[in-house]
Amino acid sequence: MKKFKEKLSGRIFLLLALSSISALVLITVFIFVQGLPIIAKVGFFKFISGMEWAPGEGEFGIFPMIAGTVSVTLGAALIGIPVGICCSIFMAELAPEKMRKIFRPAIQLLAGIPSVLYGFCGLIFVVPLIRDYLGGPGMSILAGSIILAIMILPTIISISEVSLIALPRHYKEGALALGMTHWQTILRVQLPAAKSGIVAAVILGIGRAIGETMAVIMVLGNSVAIPESILDSVRTLTTNIGLEMAYASDEHQQALFATGIVLFVIIMILNATAQYITRKKHSKTQNKRKSNETKNQTADR
Amino acid sequence: MKRRIKPQTAEKIAKGAIWTIALMVIGILIAIIVYILYKGLPVINWSFLTEAPRRMGKEGGISSSIIITLSVTALAVLIAMPFGIGTAFYLAEYTRDNIITRIIRFSAESLAGIPSIVYGLFGYIFFLEILGLGWSVLSGGLTLAIMILPTIIRTSEEAILAVSKTYREVSFSLGGTKWQTIRKAVFPSAVRGITNGIILSVGRSVAETAAVILTVGSDLKMRTMAIHFYQLVMEGISMENAYGTAAILIILIFFINVVANMLIDRFIAKGR
Repeated sequence: MKKFKEKLSGRIFLLLALSSISALVLITVFIFVQGLPIIAKVGFFKFISGMEWAPGEGEFGIFPMIAGTVSVTLGAALIGIPVGICCSIFMAELAPEKMRKIFRPAIQLLAGIPSVLYGFCGLIFVVPLIRDYLGGPGMSILAGSIILAIMILPTIISISEVSLIALPRHYKEGALALGMTHWQTILRVQLPAAKSGIVAAVILGIGRAIGETMAVIMVLGNSVAIPESILDSVRTLTTNIGLEMAYASDEHQQALFATGIVLFVIIMILNATAQYITRKKHSKTQNKRKSNETKNQTADR
Repeated sequence: MKRRIKPQTAEKIAKGAIWTIALMVIGILIAIIVYILYKGLPVINWSFLTEAPRRMGKEGGISSSIIITLSVTALAVLIAMPFGIGTAFYLAEYTRDNIITRIIRFSAESLAGIPSIVYGLFGYIFFLEILGLGWSVLSGGLTLAIMILPTIIRTSEEAILAVSKTYREVSFSLGGTKWQTIRKAVFPSAVRGITNGIILSVGRSVAETAAVILTVGSDLKMRTMAIHFYQLVMEGISMENAYGTAAILIILIFFINVVANMLIDRFIAKGR
């Protein structure tokens, strides 16, 4: 009986563990099955480089949306990455313990706020400011970038902070002992040593920016056009789906799934890269630890 | 010759800049919360919470949205919980690093990165069309369950791995089987950490919009608070009620985060 239970529990846990694999497979299969026919019909190259998006007339080109996604994401990265890294340095190195106790849950809360609320705040604060001071319609790449930059902060901060904290103490102690200032130590020793974790954080942050939908629908203006300045309104891949899915049917709906395929592939590439980087680092530190252990053992002898 | 800045001066400038940026980020967070509460709290009263929305949401309250939000969330969490916790136990207790665990980890981490709109597309085609569930709480709950699965797996696994090895050793040395060890020694000590992950995923489900709008739909009587808020704002129906809804969302998320943090603090304290 005992043995039977033992075997059964092992099997059940394995079955449960297969859930995430099957979910990923199901998602991939169904998104592709729905979207591929239209890509095959239009032609892959024409689909991603086409300038016209007129579902009513059978024109399916998503280049303007790709340009939109790239420009908004780039803007968000330009603002969000430096701010995020600064905050992670703040958390890992500068903040006094009390400040850290406030900052960490605050960042968690920032990650928990619904994206529609971010979009809304963009709509009532950022958009009017841009319209009044910089001109244009206000709903623009700039507005989207600012909102997305705030939204990707928690991802960048938490992962970078972890990789900064995980550094061995002697890195810092050695640098300080050599007479470097604290800032020089951070800049020349700790940041370079934590590089791979920070890069992974940045990649995942960018992935979040590319995937965000509701917040950007509210502040981008959503016009299908190649942007000429950061004050222009654009539409991203995600917002294209979010805006039209409600009423799309037949080929139009397939084309939205095809947009989803493009999005999905981009995100999977980014994800896999981030995972590869963190894993490589992980195995490297493990090897180091192992070689240290053997060293210690020989020293003991 | 170019004069270089003294390292001590550079340090002061850099640290000052970082402090400023960090405080600004906190400032933005506080500004968002305070502004929404300032505008929204006056709108909230008993009838706002208990009455159904009327005239597209211009009048009446948000009772139906509260109910839909809670039921979609509860459903998602109840479905995801056994799978997520089971996966975590499998990864932490039953295997070493091998090809299956690598694929499982890869899948879980990939699921974590997939945009919510793609989940929405999948839910729409799979649960609504193929399984024929239609726009429903069930479709939304199932879609969200997949979405929050990675969060539950990751936090549960961390909690399980944090349980001291001696617990397991003692259980095994008393003749306990693996299953008995998990059930009686590991699970009770990991339960706080696991709960923390579940609460965080409750927060995620409550806040989610893109995936839910494609699976539960945006019908007035059948939409979550986040979608209700979105529709009120985008169609310019009622800013007042939008602020009220937003304030309730913020309060809910805040409360969820506070509870999650309390749990994790206790978990850490207990571990020591």
